[in-house]
Amino acid sequence: MKKCVGVLALQGAFREHRQVLEKLGCDVVEVRKSSDLEGIHGLIIPGGESTTIGKLLNIDGIGKKIKELGTKDLPIFGTCAGMILLSKTIIGSDQYSLDLMDTVVERNAFGRQVASFETDLIVPALGSNSLRAIFIRAPYLREVAPNVGILAEYEGKIVFARQGNLLASAFHPELTSDQRVHKYFLDMIDEHWAK
Amino acid sequence: MTDIASLKVKTGLAEMLKGGVIMDVTTPEQAIIAEEAGACAVMALERVPSDIRAEGGVARMADPTIIQSIMAVVSIPVMAKARIGHFVEAQILEALGADYIDESEVLTPADDSYHINKYDFKVPFVCGCRNLGEALRRIGEGAAMIRTKGEPGTGNVVEAVRHMRTVMSEIRALTLMPQEELMTAAKNMGAPYDLVLYIAKHGKLPVVNFAAGGIASPADAALMMHLGCDGIFVGSGIFKSSDPKARAKAIVLATTHYKDAKLLAEISKDLGQPMTGIEISTLDNSQRMQERGW
Repeated sequence: MKKCVGVLALQGAFREHRQVLEKLGCDVVEVRKSSDLEGIHGLIIPGGESTTIGKLLNIDGIGKKIKELGTKDLPIFGTCAGMILLSKTIIGSDQYSLDLMDTVVERNAFGRQVASFETDLIVPALGSNSLRAIFIRAPYLREVAPNVGILAEYEGKIVFARQGNLLASAFHPELTSDQRVHKYFLDMIDEHWAK
Repeated sequence: MTDIASLKVKTGLAEMLKGGVIMDVTTPEQAIIAEEAGACAVMALERVPSDIRAEGGVARMADPTIIQSIMAVVSIPVMAKARIGHFVEAQILEALGADYIDESEVLTPADDSYHINKYDFKVPFVCGCRNLGEALRRIGEGAAMIRTKGEPGTGNVVEAVRHMRTVMSEIRALTLMPQEELMTAAKNMGAPYDLVLYIAKHGKLPVVNFAAGGIASPADAALMMHLGCDGIFVGSGIFKSSDPKARAKAIVLATTHYKDAKLLAEISKDLGQPMTGIEISTLDNSQRMQERGW
C-alpha cells in the first residue's frame, strides 16, 4: 500500500518529518486545516512550541477532528510538542490538549535550553543497536496508565511510549538520519489498515 | 555518550521555532500576552527598538531582573539580546539561563571589529544579516540561527524584504556555479569556503533563517514567509500598536496560513492602528542600525 501520511504543519519542525517520510516512499500531506485530514493513513504531530500549536489547533475545529480520528484508531505519532499535545494530563498547565493518551506529561522536564542534550538510547523494539536521540527542552511522561507500553526510558524517565494506535517520543527522530522510529510508525499504519 | 548543548541541539531549537512568531517584550505582562497570542518564543528587552531609536544613547543588555521576571511567567523559550562583540553580556545571559542569545545590531556594538565566538557557549545564538556573506560569517562563528536585519524599530518592511531577497538570490546563484567559481565567490562575499560549498550543494542555509526588522502587520509577516524565511521576529510592531493582543494573534495566524489570502483578509480586519512607521530614506547613516556588524 502506498501510504499517505499527514504532518501537522501549523508550527514547528514539520519539514523534517516530511523529508524522512518522503525518503521512506510515502506521500505526504501538510495539514493546516481540517479538510487536509481527509484520506490520510496516519498523522505526525511534530516538535515545536506546544502552546503555539495548541492555540492553532483550537481554530477551525482541526484539533477536534484529530481527536475524533485518534479515537477511531487512526495511527498518530507525536514528537516532543506532539507528545505533550497527545497527553491527557499536562502538569502545571491548562493549555490545549488533544486528550488522547492516558499519560501524564511534564514539559521542559530536563531544564531550559542550556540543558538540552543528545544521547544514545536503547529501544528494544527497534533492535539492539542504540538510537541517537536529540532532546530539546524536552518533556517526559511522568506517569502512564497500564495500557501504555513503555518503549524507552532515559535515566528512569519515560521518553518513548505507545498506546495502541498512538505513539509518542520526547526526542526528535526527524533530526537524525536513523529512520527506525519512522519505520516503526509506518509499520503501525500498515497494521491498522490491514485490519 | 551524552552530549549537552551540542551544535545539533542548538540548531535544533531553532528548527522547533519554525513557522512561528518571536515577539519582543519588556515586561512580564507583555510576555503573558505574547504567549497567550501563540508566540513560539519571546525576546526579553528593556526597550523595544523604536524606543531605543527615539531615545538615543548607548543601548545595552537588559537588566537581569527584567529577563528573570519574564522567564518566571512563561513556559515558551525566552531570548535576550547582547551587544555585538560583548561576550561578557553573553556570559551573563547564559548564566541567567536565557534560551537563545541575539547578538544584535539593535544594541550599540561593544566591538567595532569582531563578533562573539559563539562556539564558546552552551546557549545558542541568533545573528542578523543583510546578505549571504554576512550570514555565513556569523554561522562560521557558531551562530545556530540567522535572521534578516531589516531596519529595526521603523515598522517599515522594505529593508527586511531587501535582505531576504538578497540572501535567497545569492543562495540560488551559488547552486548554479561550477565548482571552480566557488572559491572566488567565497572571497567576494567574505564567507567561509566550506559553507559556500555547503550552500552550492544543498541550496539552503545550514541553519534556520527568520525575518526581522520592520514587520508590523499580518500581511508583512505573510509576505516574508512567501519570500522564503522560516519564521518571524516582531519587535516594536506589536506593543507599539493600538491593540497588541489582537495584532499579536493575527500575526501568529498569518505566519501559519500565509498562503491563504482569504483567511489573511479576515484576520487583517479591525486590528486598530499599527505602529507609526518611518520612511527609511529619512534616516541618516548613523541612524541605520543595519550597518552595524562586520
